[in-house]
Amino acid sequence: MFGKLSWAAIPFDQPIPLIAGSIVIFVVLAVIAWIVLSGHLPYLWREWVTSVDHKRIGVMYVLLGLVMLLRGFIDAIMMRSQQAFAYRTPGYLPPEHYDQIFSAHGTIMIFFGAMPLVIGLMNFVVPLQLGVRDVAFPTLNSVGFWLTATGALLVNLSLVIGEFSRAGWLPYPPLSELTYSPGVGVDYYLWALEISGVGTLLAGINLITTILKLHAPGMTYMRMPMFCWTALASNLLIVAAFPILTATLTMLVLDRYFGFHFFTNEAGGNMMMFVNLIWAWGHPEVYILVLPAFGVFSEVVSTFSRRPLFGYRSMVAATMAICIISFTVWLHHFFTMGGGADVNAMFGIASMIIAVPTGVKIFNWLFTMYGGRIVYSTPMLWAIGFMVTFVIGGMTGVLLAMPPADFVLHESLFLVAHFHNVIIGSVLFGAFAGYAYWFPKAFGFRLHEGLGKAAFWLTLVGFYVVFVPLYIAGLSGMTRRLQHFDVAAWRPWILIAAIGILIMACAAACQIAQLVVSIRQREALRDQTGDPWNGRSLEWATPSPPPAFNFAVLPNVRGEEAYWGMKQRALEQAKLGEEPAYVDIEMPRNSPTGFVCAFFATFMGFALIWHIWWMVGLAALGAYATFVVFAWRDKDEYIIPAETVARIDRVNRSARNAVLARHEGAP
Amino acid sequence: MNTPEQPQQSRFGALLHAAPFGNLNGSADNLEPLRCPRVLNARTARCAVFLAPLLLTACQVVVLDPKGPVGLANKTILIDSLAIMLVIVLPTLVATLAFAWWFRTSNARAFYLPEWAYSGRIEMIVWSIPLMVIMLLGGVAWIGSHDLDPAKPLASTTPALEVQAVSLDWKWLFIYPSQGVASVNRLVVPAGAPIHFSLTSASVMNAFFVPQLGSMIATMNGMTTQLNLQADAPGTFHGLSSQFSGDGFSDMHFDVLALPAEQFTAWIEATRKTGPILTPETYTALTRQSVNIRPFTFRAVTAGLFQQIITRQLPPGPGPEAGRPNPSVSPRTEK
Repeated sequence: MFGKLSWAAIPFDQPIPLIAGSIVIFVVLAVIAWIVLSGHLPYLWREWVTSVDHKRIGVMYVLLGLVMLLRGFIDAIMMRSQQAFAYRTPGYLPPEHYDQIFSAHGTIMIFFGAMPLVIGLMNFVVPLQLGVRDVAFPTLNSVGFWLTATGALLVNLSLVIGEFSRAGWLPYPPLSELTYSPGVGVDYYLWALEISGVGTLLAGINLITTILKLHAPGMTYMRMPMFCWTALASNLLIVAAFPILTATLTMLVLDRYFGFHFFTNEAGGNMMMFVNLIWAWGHPEVYILVLPAFGVFSEVVSTFSRRPLFGYRSMVAATMAICIISFTVWLHHFFTMGGGADVNAMFGIASMIIAVPTGVKIFNWLFTMYGGRIVYSTPMLWAIGFMVTFVIGGMTGVLLAMPPADFVLHESLFLVAHFHNVIIGSVLFGAFAGYAYWFPKAFGFRLHEGLGKAAFWLTLVGFYVVFVPLYIAGLSGMTRRLQHFDVAAWRPWILIAAIGILIMACAAACQIAQLVVSIRQREALRDQTGDPWNGRSLEWATPSPPPAFNFAVLPNVRGEEAYWGMKQRALEQAKLGEEPAYVDIEMPRNSPTGFVCAFFATFMGFALIWHIWWMVGLAALGAYATFVVFAWRDKDEYIIPAETVARIDRVNRSARNAVLARHEGAP
Repeated sequence: MNTPEQPQQSRFGALLHAAPFGNLNGSADNLEPLRCPRVLNARTARCAVFLAPLLLTACQVVVLDPKGPVGLANKTILIDSLAIMLVIVLPTLVATLAFAWWFRTSNARAFYLPEWAYSGRIEMIVWSIPLMVIMLLGGVAWIGSHDLDPAKPLASTTPALEVQAVSLDWKWLFIYPSQGVASVNRLVVPAGAPIHFSLTSASVMNAFFVPQLGSMIATMNGMTTQLNLQADAPGTFHGLSSQFSGDGFSDMHFDVLALPAEQFTAWIEATRKTGPILTPETYTALTRQSVNIRPFTFRAVTAGLFQQIITRQLPPGPGPEAGRPNPSVSPRTEK
């Protein structure tokens, strides 16, 4: 009846996952109970769960990303503390548990921490920057988000029901094959990523279509803000790379479920094919994450240096060059598999070539700061911290791209330090910069600056205290994923890294405190004008938070830095443009399609993991029925009357007139 | 500018010896130019005394302290590439911090360019500098990849010792085909002679790595990889698997014992006298999962056993017994 599922799947014998799981379940139930009892459920359902508004979906993505970031960070604390204890002792986490922790850490951080953060920022910002009212496929957007949430839910479910993968965040066969990993852990991994991978692909298709097909009048490609360009490149990579991931994981599914032999030891399987395919997705994935972060920094550095972005066309060229070259470097993840000198050298050189456009970007940010008037707000601190950290990470990356050097550094803690150096230094810093930068746009009030700066400095210091020792441990021959070790030379570095993670924990506490304090002091931090940073792109032309339709009348774009130009013209003429003629606006209706579909997908994934075939059938039927119902609906839009639009826009205009008047009075 | 033939160890060692006398600046004259930064003063020297335990362990940065020609070449290329990149990276870091500081809003002396967004000359420089650096590094990568191809035999007058290495769950088996003996979890080699490894795996992927000797290589079931290494002088080196291979992975380390040639011959002779024989049966027993196997040797090996492993005539390891947690893995039971 329930396939492989039985009471034995609950880890009653293991206190750590049991207690952790109980706490999580308790918190989730408490939150749900509070929502229901305080009567927020209808609001939540109407305004958020079923929302197809790109801003709401973007916010939900970011929220998911932040929560999962915390989960992944707890894993990181456990890994660092286990290694700190486990010198000539077994530590407190047995291997079968420790292996799950580092596998879950990588999986969660990349797929459910970093990805939702960058997709969330793109979802929220790109339509606003393009001067349009929504993404191309609003309901599809909601489906994509909820499928990602399904994947996150399945991974976290493995904490209390069964186990998670013990084969690393990329489950190399034959270790991940049924022979060597007979448990459900790898199946949790596979189905979580199969389902969320579909969600990511949908998000990618949606954003590409939006960027290519939807623009405000006059918003040509070469007038798009840099963030839109990096979003375009990132989503092109999603659409090109995620099908590879889905196909590869499907092959592993076939191996595990139907006795196929794609990657097995026996019957002609070849594990090297898996390694090739997974990295053919895996390396572009790095740029899927990092390019939007580059976009955030372009916006932030320009805004807070009070200057236009230096070398805009050069930046566009560099972005698209990275987009293409990133598909030609994947083999550098396995120089040590014996590929031969020619192959290794070619891929090593290709990997180094990526450093050229990346270097150009660094220099262009540098020259954007040159001659600027730099304001040290929290987003700008993240940007400067990024430039320093990322240059160092890039340098160690080029070292690893040098095959003969990689031969002594591969899979060592040097490698671990390198990719954390670039991913934390760019993606995480970028996400936090974007979070602080666009938070007032999303919620109408700024984040607390003091706590934000404290979080930045603690993160920066904590990061170096963790990862510089790991670089040295790697040079001392320490490999990654060790549950215990008995080499004395590694120990001091591991202990220093453990201190570093405590500093980073303080940083995380500051981030949480910042959010809480900012919400409590929201009246004092209120953004009255919709343009708290003196911004340059169109999202700052809308009130904070923007109305559902974003723009009362689509803006007429006359050059790069569309909103900056409008502001300059308003200043010259000492008045805003004439009040436009307001008309009715058609907006897409909310739809529970995404949520219901993900609801069924969750059951389907769970049933597939535990071989509960009847539930697989029912859930598949349910998901299909959801789409049929959606496809047959008659009314898919609603009208916002012109009067409502006018009323909302007049408030916005009066706020801007007040700013203009202040500006007139100032000199 | 770098001194690859001077191992890092001596640099830290010199620092430690000098520190108690408190005259680092004076003693630095006796050292290599790179050894001791002259900014060190007496106070840092006193600190060094307190930090001595830390530095003592710190000096075992083994990748920078190679004991064979391959490791030395790896290290040289590592240091050279780093130096080439620092030429561009250091000025960039300095410029970032300097620009960020100088152009702060409160600095009245800094000029302001509110419109400036393009300069063809700067564009050309920012594209061509990284490009030239990468062309140089690309050349290093091409030559280095070919010189240090793991399959390339080492130049030596001594004939290479053949070793067949097999990674098992979770231990290492080293077969000496010419000598007809085998060893588990300890690799004994003659110092000063090249060693040619043929490597495979009995089950999942692993990687064979002796940091002080240089390059690592993956081991995969049904496939053979090649690796050439050499220990220049006698010594004991730490070896390990550097590709995660499951629950017993942390214990997949082994000692490499480099012996003078005559002692190596003696070891072979002694090994031939005691211990079990490595036959398909004993090999199959060895493929079952286990951890913390004390090093032991086989006095004889069935001819062609390695061939039977790589052609899968001897089946791959069986993996774990059913159940959770895995009953065959009870961490650190022996020892």
